Amino acid sequence: MSEYLVLIYQDEKDPWWSDPATEQKMMQQHQAFGEKHGASIRGGNALHATHAATSIRPDKNGKMTVTDGAFVETKEALGGYYVIEAADLDEALAIAKDVPAPGGGVEVRPIMPT
Amino acid sequence: MEFAVAEAHRNEWAFVLAATVRVTRDIDRAEECVQEAYARALADWKRHGVPLRPGAWLTTVSRRIAIDSQRRHETQGRVLPLLISQVDERESSSTETEAISDDRLRLIFTCCHPSLNFESQVALTLRYVCGLTTPEVARAFLVKESTMAARLTRAKKKITLAHIPYQVPSAEELPERIDAVLDVVHLVFTTGHTAPSGESLVRDDLTQRALQLARMLRDLLPEDLTVAGLLALIILSDARRNARIAEDGSIILLSDQDRTKWDRQSINEGLVLVGESLARRPPARFSLMAAIAAVHAQAPSYSDTDWREIVSIYDSLLLTWPSPVVALNRAVALGFADGPAVGLAALDELAGNATLANYPYYSSARAEFLRRLGRLAEARTAYVHALQITENEVERAFLKKQLDRYFKEFSPRT
Repeated sequence: MSEYLVLIYQDEKDPWWSDPATEQKMMQQHQAFGEKHGASIRGGNALHATHAATSIRPDKNGKMTVTDGAFVETKEALGGYYVIEAADLDEALAIAKDVPAPGGGVEVRPIMPT
Repeated sequence: MEFAVAEAHRNEWAFVLAATVRVTRDIDRAEECVQEAYARALADWKRHGVPLRPGAWLTTVSRRIAIDSQRRHETQGRVLPLLISQVDERESSSTETEAISDDRLRLIFTCCHPSLNFESQVALTLRYVCGLTTPEVARAFLVKESTMAARLTRAKKKITLAHIPYQVPSAEELPERIDAVLDVVHLVFTTGHTAPSGESLVRDDLTQRALQLARMLRDLLPEDLTVAGLLALIILSDARRNARIAEDGSIILLSDQDRTKWDRQSINEGLVLVGESLARRPPARFSLMAAIAAVHAQAPSYSDTDWREIVSIYDSLLLTWPSPVVALNRAVALGFADGPAVGLAALDELAGNATLANYPYYSSARAEFLRRLGRLAEARTAYVHALQITENEVERAFLKKQLDRYFKEFSPRT
């Protein structure tokens, strides 16, 4: 078995994020996903939007500078993740296809075994 | 003896590799085992003679090397004597043809996995399913050997790290996954059929590899009508091979080909497959392309071709595959059915399409229709434009010939 990180990318300007009714619907979808794939899910969280993010990177002199916002500004921002366990990539992709990500999509990355 | 081993390398390498990958689940390690098996063949065959079925011998030895190395790996660090080095019966009996076919099918689905980019899929398939060497794959796609080696390494790494499985997809996923495999095989064929640039228009090595792949898929998935369609398309196109290229290497257009040079036996085989593949509803893209090739194959001459039938097949094709190149071909067929004025009008409707603007066939098709309508100055401009954007030397030569033939008085400065 291998572990995969499923990163959920969504457009933060999408109404999903501002409208409480649709937000609740999305939570229900995640709940349904959790019930369907509970045996494979090893973890996961939803993240606050990127306006709450802070990035740190070294400048030319190696000094750490702190900036407001996401590390990379993109239309679709990382909004949450799951850690899943699967026999192989095909199984992982089948599970990841069920991850709710309205107004966006997901990226599946194999986790290095420790 | 070296000859027998070299021969077995050319013919059997890919089969032996596919069977070994099933044990190692890792292409790199399988490659090492296969190499070791060939090294042992060199020594063993010298002493005992070439075995009756060299491929089966190599497969058994290579898989045994793989199994042994895995056992050694597993027992490493444990103070256990190595009691068994025998291959268990179930494993060694899988040198049966059927198991080998299954191994190859598994491997091609791995190489054409949708999580790999298309370039990598093509490279992996040629290298590991067809058994081309890395320099050969590099040459086929006109990239540097080091570039191709890096591409293959990256792709293999992804297979290992992401655990892309060695398995035939589930029935539910099969249609989509088959399409990806067929796209790869089709690209190999078209790359060989019309080399995008360079001296030779046709690269028989690639067309033959594509034909072998399509036949293999047909054998392994006899129920799949999209596979039948692609095989039909390749067979029917390849049947014209001997009539396509003149002795000086220049291209002979379909309209000028000596149809007695067409391979009738292949055409008959292709026609049966087309009929079968069109039973699918809706017909697959490659089946419709094969149906067009079938109309040409049955026509006694270019002028006696059923162009209306071809136009109507292109109409169906546009529904499943709305691409500018299909629209271009439909416009050309329409021109043959209803005359150059109608054809030119259909082509001009496609003017402004960004894909076609840099597509030499668009300009050369316009040039032909303009010439036949007597609009010679415009025809010449279109020929010259086609010539400027064609990279294939043989097609360039053809366009130059057309210019010389019809526009001697103002021959181009090229």
